Amino acid sequence: MSIVEIQNLSKAYHRGSQVVPVLNDLTFDIKEGEFLALMGPSGSGKSTLLNLIAGIDRPDGGTIKVGAIDITALTETQLARWRADNVGFIFQFYNLIPVLTAFENVALPLLLTGLSKSERREHVEIALSIVGLNDRMDHYPGQLSGGQQQRVAIARAVITDPALLVADEPTGDLDRVSAGEILDLMERLNAESGKTIVMVTHDPRAAGKAHVIKHLEKGVLNVYPETHF
Amino acid sequence: MFILKLIFKNAFRHKLRTWLTIVGITIAILAYGLLRTVISTWYAGVESSSATRLVTRNAISLVFSLPLSYEESIRHVPGVKFVTRDNWFGGIYIDEKHFFPSFAIDPKNYLPLVPEFVIPGDQQAAFIRDRNAALAGRKIAEKYHWKIGDTITLKGTIFPGNWEFVLRAIYHGRDKSTDETFFLFHWDYLNEALKKTASRRADQVGFYFIGVTSPNLAAEVSQAIDKMFKNSLSETLTETEKAFQLGFISMSEAIIVAIRMVSFVVIIIIMAVMANTMAMTARERFGEYAVFKALGFGGVHLAGLIFGESLVIAILGGAAGIALTFPVARAFGRAMDNYFPVFNVAKTTIYMDMAAALLIGLVAGIVPAWRAVHIRVADGLRRIG
Repeated sequence: MSIVEIQNLSKAYHRGSQVVPVLNDLTFDIKEGEFLALMGPSGSGKSTLLNLIAGIDRPDGGTIKVGAIDITALTETQLARWRADNVGFIFQFYNLIPVLTAFENVALPLLLTGLSKSERREHVEIALSIVGLNDRMDHYPGQLSGGQQQRVAIARAVITDPALLVADEPTGDLDRVSAGEILDLMERLNAESGKTIVMVTHDPRAAGKAHVIKHLEKGVLNVYPETHF
Repeated sequence: MFILKLIFKNAFRHKLRTWLTIVGITIAILAYGLLRTVISTWYAGVESSSATRLVTRNAISLVFSLPLSYEESIRHVPGVKFVTRDNWFGGIYIDEKHFFPSFAIDPKNYLPLVPEFVIPGDQQAAFIRDRNAALAGRKIAEKYHWKIGDTITLKGTIFPGNWEFVLRAIYHGRDKSTDETFFLFHWDYLNEALKKTASRRADQVGFYFIGVTSPNLAAEVSQAIDKMFKNSLSETLTETEKAFQLGFISMSEAIIVAIRMVSFVVIIIIMAVMANTMAMTARERFGEYAVFKALGFGGVHLAGLIFGESLVIAILGGAAGIALTFPVARAFGRAMDNYFPVFNVAKTTIYMDMAAALLIGLVAGIVPAWRAVHIRVADGLRRIG
């Protein structure tokens, strides 16, 4: 069963009077519980496609349905609400708030829910235990290693229990060992919690963890045969 | 609580920049408060004037006197309770630097008109009894270390010569706004001396100070007095004490307007400085705002964070400025007591300080908040990468 259905998706950027097409008439599905890796050279449109799926950018044409919702038809406010409920973000540079502790960073998305303070605490402690950072919850991002920061970011991404996790180069800023730990964690979230993961990566080792690898080049998918593991 | 904590933490991310901005706001609010106090001090006489007191002066100008004979006629106007003759003496104590207002008055009729002058009973009786007695305000008595029974010599400028008085009473103000720098003595003492030395100037009154039975009668009594002396050699102009005081202030209105404008300019300048601080802050955090938006936070949340941060800085600066206004105003008042006998920070000045601080915070947050609310998430995230 598909969780994401993409139909005739296109997107172009404008540089002055010049129009630079990024995505051309893409149509594909992402199955529920799938771990998908998007690969391709720089400028191929991978991150743009990821942003569109996550509802943080708007396409020029086509539709994206996530679950039963056409997110291209939502207003900005509806889209923000939808993201809060359905999408967890994992960024290359972690994007933690430096003045908040690991605990507070993870708790941030819960402020948009109706949970009480004690319920929020309970959720955050569980999320941090999943990523193995219970003992670091009072540390600030600056006091954590890159791998630990990315684990905090993953805890923040899963804290609201979203169906879809999007990750943009999640291991791009990490050393080999830390990258391996993060990929293992993502694999575990996919396998044990059934999270659908869409990951953009240049790293073949990272892509190797995915069930499906799609190659994107010059805005077109499947120039190379789709890879299934 | 969480959001409040985040706002405070955000506000002090760049400690040096934030503290410099707070110091700037503190100084601006302090300057604004002092300038507003200077303006309100200018109007202190107006504020302390009574609605039941009138002043009758020569219709041509205050420099022209009125005949003494008018006093009895005014006394018989219905509604008039007290009338006292009054002359600006303009004496100098020691030298020109030591200035305080000095008036020749009729004590029996004058003192009931000024209940804000609080005088011990025995001193009041002694002041009324002795013709060469003087009544001085607490401030000048303290300043010159005068004691009851001291002989004080003033050098006359309008009425030449050395004039000797014996200090018989010292008054203190009933209210904070009461001027405690007046020097008052018997009009008869002045007049008797003038009869001997400059008889042409004797039996002339600078102005009459009148007490009416009810404030409602002020207009009616004023008209009746002026009508009575119409077409006489010395026509009169009768007005309330407040209008009389405002007449003096209007002579220096240009200075007041200039001070008022400077006080607003100070606020506008610090508003620009604060807006710049907030613009820099927001520019550095557009990536974070994009993350907040990606996580589902809306424009209202971001605007709240930015305005909150801006207001925290402005309120801290404003509070420090207000707290400093009192001691600085006291020191300023002491240093300038020759020019500002009453220099008190009014409640309205503090309210205006608070309003100015809030306005600074709100205005400074407008542009950064607008930009943060309208930033596209994808663009904001690209700034980080």
